[in-house]
Amino acid sequence: MTDTATVKKLERMALQLRFDLIEMIGVGKVGHLGGSSSMAEIAACLYFHAMRYNPQNPKDPDRDRFLLSKGHCVLIQYAALTELGVIPRAELKKVKTLEGCLQGHPDMDRTPGIEAVTGSLGMGLSIGLGMALGFRLDRRPSRVYVVMGDGELSEGQIWEAAMAAAAFKLDNLTAFVDLNRVQATGPTREIFDIPQIERKWAAFGWEVVSVNGHDVGQILQALAKAKETRGRPTVIVAETVKGKGFSFAENNAVFHNSSLTAEQHRQALCELEARRAELK
Amino acid sequence: MTPHPNMREAYGLALLELGRKNRDVVALEADLGKSTRSVLFQEVFPERYFQMGIAEQNMAATAAGLALAGKIPFIHSFAVFATGRAYDQLRNSICIPGLKVRICGSSSGLSDFGDGKTHQSVEDITLMRALPGMTVLAPMDGLETAKMMERLIDWPGPAYVRINRSDLPLLYPASEPYHIGKITCLRKGSDAVLLATGVMVGRSLEAAQILAERGIAAGVYNISTVKPLDAEAVIQAAAGVRAIVVAEEHNRIGGLGSAVLEALRATPHPPVELVGIEDCFGLSAACYDEILNHFGLTAQAVAAAAMRTLDGSSRPKGHS
Repeated sequence: MTDTATVKKLERMALQLRFDLIEMIGVGKVGHLGGSSSMAEIAACLYFHAMRYNPQNPKDPDRDRFLLSKGHCVLIQYAALTELGVIPRAELKKVKTLEGCLQGHPDMDRTPGIEAVTGSLGMGLSIGLGMALGFRLDRRPSRVYVVMGDGELSEGQIWEAAMAAAAFKLDNLTAFVDLNRVQATGPTREIFDIPQIERKWAAFGWEVVSVNGHDVGQILQALAKAKETRGRPTVIVAETVKGKGFSFAENNAVFHNSSLTAEQHRQALCELEARRAELK
Repeated sequence: MTPHPNMREAYGLALLELGRKNRDVVALEADLGKSTRSVLFQEVFPERYFQMGIAEQNMAATAAGLALAGKIPFIHSFAVFATGRAYDQLRNSICIPGLKVRICGSSSGLSDFGDGKTHQSVEDITLMRALPGMTVLAPMDGLETAKMMERLIDWPGPAYVRINRSDLPLLYPASEPYHIGKITCLRKGSDAVLLATGVMVGRSLEAAQILAERGIAAGVYNISTVKPLDAEAVIQAAAGVRAIVVAEEHNRIGGLGSAVLEALRATPHPPVELVGIEDCFGLSAACYDEILNHFGLTAQAVAAAAMRTLDGSSRPKGHS
């Protein structure tokens, strides 16, 4: 079991990542707030607990890899890499400008700490599968973590990769489905319903763990289980709230990719401050 | 090693050789290994061979991951699937980060003569040429294939290799050193120049013979690196002649012909004629020669194009 101090630390980190999101988006700048915020706890648990990752040596060949298949939510990865010191904090305000190094989608050539090019949806799991095969061949200890969206699961390539990862018995590969139930144009149930997600992954040969994606303790337990699982990959299906932490954005498809008004920006900071007081 | 006259067999043997020389070489395939001959690698290095099932998109992006883990992946399918089915994966997962992945487009052009339109690639060079950073290679025979493969270990960034399914005459000069990016003069001639790639190189050499019998001296160049095209060498090859013919087993739109015209655009040059497939898909045929003849991809057609162009260029302007 995870100690309460670790849980507290990671809850505070997830909050800090949400502060960073608001710093990047500011007022009037369009950004994918909803899907970034829904995976703040997942990002915190991976980068600040589960992953073998030394920010002093971010090119260590034995590091674990984080791949954001739902690449449009890269703001949350920028936040984590900034808190790790891999991305300079001054970059946050220059996100998606020609002056900065933070692109609209993950770009390994321009941004420190980014491990691949993702964002054309459905490709991250395949890239992770290739990495995991390579690491196994070289007997490296590296593990690969891939985060996908639930809307993204309609991409056929994901299921090609799911079949292959199970066929190759890759237990050094762990995937997350950020099950926030809202995609670009509305609720997934109305736009393109994908029922029985857990049963689908299980049928494809994966170890499946369901968690509340905002419950740090549950995420850590699932990650520990994934590390112990032998002979097959693990998917952690994380039930989350799109726009989590910002009442006006929660479960609201508008904030899939939107800007904040000055009033919304003020409210966002207020709500984060209230959460900070809670976590004291 | 004696070069194999069958290009895909020569490819498979060369891949196996690379596997022996470099332990980071890995091969992926999508249930066509017996056709692409990547199976030769599998037999010796099963642990470095990944059968991906009939899933080309996943295969391409998996190769990106393997490259990011330090491997040199060669992925295999028919040219039409390797380039078309997996285009977005080649673009985003491999070419944007400039990864060292080798894409083997086998049974390219019309060389899968029996299977028809769905399996024949008439547009693969166009697609691959349009991808920033992609090297596009189309060897002329088994000998050149073997030499090309050796160079692919150190060549940076992604590369597409267009492999023919058939036996082709071994015409690449054995003593000629091979370099990616270089064009090869196979025959000199001062009246016309024939620039060709793949199966059309041999046919252009035959065309030069036909032309010689009519008193026309035609030079023949093998352009196996379609991209990056050695524009300077193309301009030099064209200097002094009165007609240029570009011959390729490919749609005339966007292939070697287009690349040559792009190279020549900034400099005065003789008239250019293109021998290729006229913007249509392939067909099933009883043998390879039959389908090449059907689409006018013959020595006679290349020779006729040269003569037509010479006639046109000797005629005063304003008359037709």
